[in-house]
Amino acid sequence: MSNDILVITEHMDGKFSDVSFEMVGKAKELANAWGGQSIAVVVGGGVSSNVFASDSTIHVDDAALSNFNPEAYGKVIEALVKEKSPKVVMFGWTATGMDLAAWLSAKLGVPCAAYVKNIGADMTMSCQAYGGKMSADVSPEGDMAIAACLAGSFPVEAGQGSTAATTMASPVDLGSLKVKFVEAIKPAGGDVDITSQVKLVSIGRGIGGKENVELAEELAGKIGATVSCSRPVVDAGWLPRTRQVGKSGLKVKPKLYLMLGISGAPEHLEGMKSAELIIAVNTDKKAPIFNVAHYGATADLFEVAEAMLELL
Amino acid sequence: MNIVVAIKHIPSIADDLPVSGNTVDFDSVDFVLNEFDEQSIEQAVLVKEAVGGTVTVVGVDMIGELDAVLHLALAKGADKAVKITGDDPAADSHTQAKWLSEAIKGMSADIIFAGVQASNDLDGQIGPMLAAYLDMPYIGGVSSVEVAGDSATVNKEFAGGVGAKYEVSLPMVVGVQASVKPPRYAPVSKVRQVAQTATIEKVAPSGEVSSGLTMKKMAPPVVTGHAEMIEGSSKEVAAKIVELLKSKGLA
Amino acid sequence: MAQKYEKAIAIEKDNIVVDGIDVSGHWNRMFEQRVITEYTPELIEKIADIPNAESFANCYQCAKCVAVCPVDVVGNYGPRKLYRYAQTGMDLTEAPELWLCTTCANCLRVCPKEVNMVKIMPAAREQAILDGKFVPNELQQAFENTAKSGNPLGQPQRKRDAWIQSAGVPVPIIKDLGRKVNVLWYVGSYPSYHPRGIDAAAAAARIFNALGIDFAILGKEEKDDADSQRLAGEKGLFEMMTEQNIETFNKYEWDEMVVTGPHELNAFKNVYPKYGFERPVVHYSTFLARYLDQLKPLLQHSVEKKITYHDPCYLGRHNGEYEAPRKLLEAIPGVELVEMQRNRENGYCCGGGGGGMWMDSFTAKHTTMRLSEKRAMEAASTGANVLAVACPFEVSRFTDAVKSTGNEHVDVLDILELLDKSMRGE
Repeated sequence: MSNDILVITEHMDGKFSDVSFEMVGKAKELANAWGGQSIAVVVGGGVSSNVFASDSTIHVDDAALSNFNPEAYGKVIEALVKEKSPKVVMFGWTATGMDLAAWLSAKLGVPCAAYVKNIGADMTMSCQAYGGKMSADVSPEGDMAIAACLAGSFPVEAGQGSTAATTMASPVDLGSLKVKFVEAIKPAGGDVDITSQVKLVSIGRGIGGKENVELAEELAGKIGATVSCSRPVVDAGWLPRTRQVGKSGLKVKPKLYLMLGISGAPEHLEGMKSAELIIAVNTDKKAPIFNVAHYGATADLFEVAEAMLELL
Repeated sequence: MNIVVAIKHIPSIADDLPVSGNTVDFDSVDFVLNEFDEQSIEQAVLVKEAVGGTVTVVGVDMIGELDAVLHLALAKGADKAVKITGDDPAADSHTQAKWLSEAIKGMSADIIFAGVQASNDLDGQIGPMLAAYLDMPYIGGVSSVEVAGDSATVNKEFAGGVGAKYEVSLPMVVGVQASVKPPRYAPVSKVRQVAQTATIEKVAPSGEVSSGLTMKKMAPPVVTGHAEMIEGSSKEVAAKIVELLKSKGLA
Repeated sequence: MAQKYEKAIAIEKDNIVVDGIDVSGHWNRMFEQRVITEYTPELIEKIADIPNAESFANCYQCAKCVAVCPVDVVGNYGPRKLYRYAQTGMDLTEAPELWLCTTCANCLRVCPKEVNMVKIMPAAREQAILDGKFVPNELQQAFENTAKSGNPLGQPQRKRDAWIQSAGVPVPIIKDLGRKVNVLWYVGSYPSYHPRGIDAAAAAARIFNALGIDFAILGKEEKDDADSQRLAGEKGLFEMMTEQNIETFNKYEWDEMVVTGPHELNAFKNVYPKYGFERPVVHYSTFLARYLDQLKPLLQHSVEKKITYHDPCYLGRHNGEYEAPRKLLEAIPGVELVEMQRNRENGYCCGGGGGGMWMDSFTAKHTTMRLSEKRAMEAASTGANVLAVACPFEVSRFTDAVKSTGNEHVDVLDILELLDKSMRGE
């Protein structure tokens, strides 16, 4: 066992995501305090890997890894983890990390904490739970633990650097994979681009039904805004996926983000918390969104929206 | 085609979550079906309708109220329902995934669906764990599934409409983000009939694992910032918001 | 007809033996061998075995029903024919015929054997739904809308009382009023949401105000009666809505309920008692007819119209009210009331009952024209320039039908609107 921390970084189209740098910064701080090393792991090609402030960087490159493949990536990471026996393996709680962290945990019998917001020197992991309504401190048993970290939990800058990466071939045979990458899917065009909008009226599950979407559209129309939404609205088929803000949707940074009936799950906050003015209307006075919004009101969104329409 | 849906019955976060000791006070909360599992049941039924087979829905009975959830799934087109008599409202994802994997082992599953995540996945989601315990490939964040022969083509979403298409040889575990179509309507007559006639197979929990996490503290998050709350009636709130927007040149 | 289903096999028997005696015909007999048709009773039994559909087996093929069936007029239908189709291989739970009956009850009126399609059809439809058989899409949508939004139109619950604005008179909400009222007015989904229905609701509000009725509505708490959804086979949905409605109704103090629609009347008066709700409920026409003496002086403006009145099935045949609507129309100065050939007990169905309201596209594929179009033509043939109605389903149905049959000169108006016109002179 070592006191090292392995950070599984992630990249797309030649760029690393912010969460990769965030985790490297935190890993460096912790590992150095423990007398260990922070090791950034880059899987796949097509990216310059000398960009981290980690103590070392391992870049595993193989033709089978050029696109994200949960099976291939999982095998490679499993082998690296076995070899390095780190104290902590950090993943992003992201579309890719979510495929790997819990899998690796079950595969190796190593504890895993998800939605991690912070890791203490004593390995206590502070996590968001129940859609952000709770905060949980957990401590993993044993010599190794997996932490799946929420984006935005640590500063990006601390992880940026120029450590030269050691490139290596895949430590495992990737010859007979059951998962085959076929092709990339690009966003469907045609709809408005919510990331370029100055004002967004964003609706959540509280809107109740497709028939109520027009109320939000009417309000948005009055103030020259566009309607966006949280994930449940899209999953229910009330708005197209192009309007979704959040982890699995788009990241937006408008001047105004007026939220109607969005409670503020961590996944949604990831996509909008840097908006300049956030106003949230929600019936639940304990909705997590009120910890992030600049202005809030515990009120019926329909009554407020209708009253606003009369005043505008 | 043997299609299996692994579901999670979880505390509802629609209302306040009371805390008792280091956990949620499970006695004072409602349990609901994980919302991603609604999508995953729909996706499973759509696959059955496309290629034939049977859909078996299986979940851990956390508080003895899983029947209603299973009845709804049957009314929506599932063929079989199995509940694992866990009766432990605090069973973590690792424990549930282990029990589920033991129950699923005998089902000769060709494809297993699970919701991509749940709000109580503190120790990770059951989908990838099932894949590990059953030694199958896993892909999560999936928004469409097509099965042809012994392989499945799935679309995985990354973010903002960017995604990737994968071809996977079966069996596999799919973590469903959203089904191709929104979950269907189950006629109330059908749900009521199913409730009276359906048999739900009971399976005792088998297999033991632990998440390896010790809960030190569970509490509402420490608030670092809070919105300036606008008080008053809905009309007053509306007036204040409009005033705010106008003062900032946003309306 | 007999060729429609494959089991319609006519066979010539060479030898017929009854009780050991050969009774076969012979070439020199006075009559020829008779044709005996082999048919399967299984598919009749399948329907008659469904609880509430037992009377399907009673049919002895007299065909009195076919003569009065409104669907047969625009197609090939009628209870007798369904029985015959079932004999010859039709499984009613899988056939398009299952969805064509409007439960208008004219067949039951003439049936000597009490074959009750008003019970058979909902039971057989429910069976089809339970067995996962074909259900018209548009009908499923209405079910889903009712379950999710509280009304078959899929309109927001929060807008249920938005129509009040167009009334121009006070329409108190019972929750806000906080006291007992004489009349709880159940407005209904179409009068609350449909643009033409709202016209009638607003007219009713003005009439109630003018008469000084102490009334209130449920406002945003009101939900659909779901009676037509029940008749279309979604009994579970009906029961769910019934439980909610009874709870809402019993929350407040009132003496009598007035309903705008005959379907609601049928639900609350005839069906809800089975679920423990037994309180006085009347249709607005019955209610207003009681106030004729006070109403007449208010009807100051002459309405110079030749009016024919369409009896709603669920007001007339189902609930026996034929005269009140006519009395109200006759009270309007200037009105000449003429009757269509099929009136009162033999009134012709508009096609909206039994879920037909939400199956227009489906029905169109299996009939030569809409029932509402047939009726609109009959109304026009009387020379009337107004077709008066008393059911919220009918205004929109007939407004479309007069247009599609080239009878735009016939105005379709609810009796409430006609009274209101006479009151206000518009």
